Amino acid sequence: MKYKSVFDIIGPVMIGPSSSHTAGAARIGRVARTIFGKEPKWVKIYFYGSFAKTYKGHGTDVAIVGGLLDFDTFDERIISAMEIAKEREMLVEFIESDEVPDHPNTAKIIIGDDTSELELVGISIGGGKIEITELNGFELKLSGHHPAIIVVHNDRFGAIAAVANILSKYEINIGHMDVSRKEKGKMALMTIEVDQNIGQDIIDEIQALPIVTQVARIVE
Amino acid sequence: MFRNVAELVQIAESQNKKISEIMIEQEMQVSGRTREEIFNQMEKSLQVMEEAVERGIRGVTSHSGLTGGDAVLLQKYIEKGNFLSGETILDAVSKAVATNEVNAAMGTICATPTAGSAGVVPGTLFAVKNKLNPTREEMVHFLFTSGAFGFVVANNAFISGAAGGCQAEVGSAAGMAAAAIVEMAGGSPSQCAHAMAITLKNMLGLVCDPVAGLVEVPCIKRNAMGAANAMVAADMALAGVTSRIPCDEVIDAMFKIGQRMPTALKETAEGGLADTPTGRRLEAKIFGMPLKSDE
Repeated sequence: MKYKSVFDIIGPVMIGPSSSHTAGAARIGRVARTIFGKEPKWVKIYFYGSFAKTYKGHGTDVAIVGGLLDFDTFDERIISAMEIAKEREMLVEFIESDEVPDHPNTAKIIIGDDTSELELVGISIGGGKIEITELNGFELKLSGHHPAIIVVHNDRFGAIAAVANILSKYEINIGHMDVSRKEKGKMALMTIEVDQNIGQDIIDEIQALPIVTQVARIVE
Repeated sequence: MFRNVAELVQIAESQNKKISEIMIEQEMQVSGRTREEIFNQMEKSLQVMEEAVERGIRGVTSHSGLTGGDAVLLQKYIEKGNFLSGETILDAVSKAVATNEVNAAMGTICATPTAGSAGVVPGTLFAVKNKLNPTREEMVHFLFTSGAFGFVVANNAFISGAAGGCQAEVGSAAGMAAAAIVEMAGGSPSQCAHAMAITLKNMLGLVCDPVAGLVEVPCIKRNAMGAANAMVAADMALAGVTSRIPCDEVIDAMFKIGQRMPTALKETAEGGLADTPTGRRLEAKIFGMPLKSDE
């Protein structure tokens, strides 16, 4: 079942006008920002399908930039997100794509600063609910509605067990888990949705594992 | 966990409970949160809905200038007392319009189940409130009942115009509202299901064709009529009228119709009212140029 909570149906509380094209877009932007872990200096946003055709009318553009500025769906600053981005010297570029996406409401976000870059694809599946389907070329499935950690690691035996051991030690329960790789034996990505927020100490401990390259977290 | 309307009704009737109670119990089970936490979160949404209705009735205008002020006109008309249909139904219509006018003006609303269809559930709730004088708690329960039916639609079909047309969006909202009205008026869980079925049957095939891609024309008036549809269907169900096609099969029919609906009629602003001469003219006026050619 795609929808698990009554608050997926009655909710979210949000700035209009569209749950999929405004609130969902804000959430996709905010997940990108959270994984990036800091404010990007530049952002490139690609719109596909219905997003490409109607983003101006739905405020999808201001909403996604609002999300990248770390604003929640009900934050009224979303309305003036473009001006705020300008004040904070964030360069924003929109690209309308003609490519036919798997889902009508698809956005690709590429963000970065002087030291790092991140690429993410998100879809808005209705009623404000979203899924992140791609991160830096890795396929994944992430809702952004639960606390989660995203671990980039070497594609080798024992990686999952090592991370799971740490979570187990701190009595953290895994709700959903996903593993993805581009090529056998190279880099892989673990997406772990958990039931409670994960503290920085745990993140540091996972980061210290020799098999792990990078860890990012999503706090509820 | 209930997967369809038949199971939801069966669980409620066998335990002699209301649909809202079954929804609360399931939410407690799934989220692990207490009844109080869940109730309080829903009460906050109710508060947001109430504020949006009040703001819309005072009058708002959207950024495009296309919509706003109709809720004010309707309230004034009701006050004069010369209406033809009925006070509660017109009040529901005006409050549905109020909510969606606020939504179009980028105001704060609660999606039910989406923002584009956010007017129907609160519109009917705050109109029926004046007729039935419910407690605050009963008003929160109205939202859980709506949510239970919306939950079934969302998991078995779709709730967004981009995925299934307006029948999926305002159609779902109207069905959810009809069911919740029946419960608040003292109807049985099975009557709730019939009210939803009757409502949704009358919205099957409705396309999503927003002018200039804005959630304004025709969305606001579709919410108005969604509310009217829900009110009448609720009365029919309370009178004992039943839907010959069971609610789950109506939802399934809506799903199949939505799958076969062309993309041009699913929130792309390429067909229907969006592609009328006036629709295109408004689009050009708002954006300073037509966004798409007619070819």
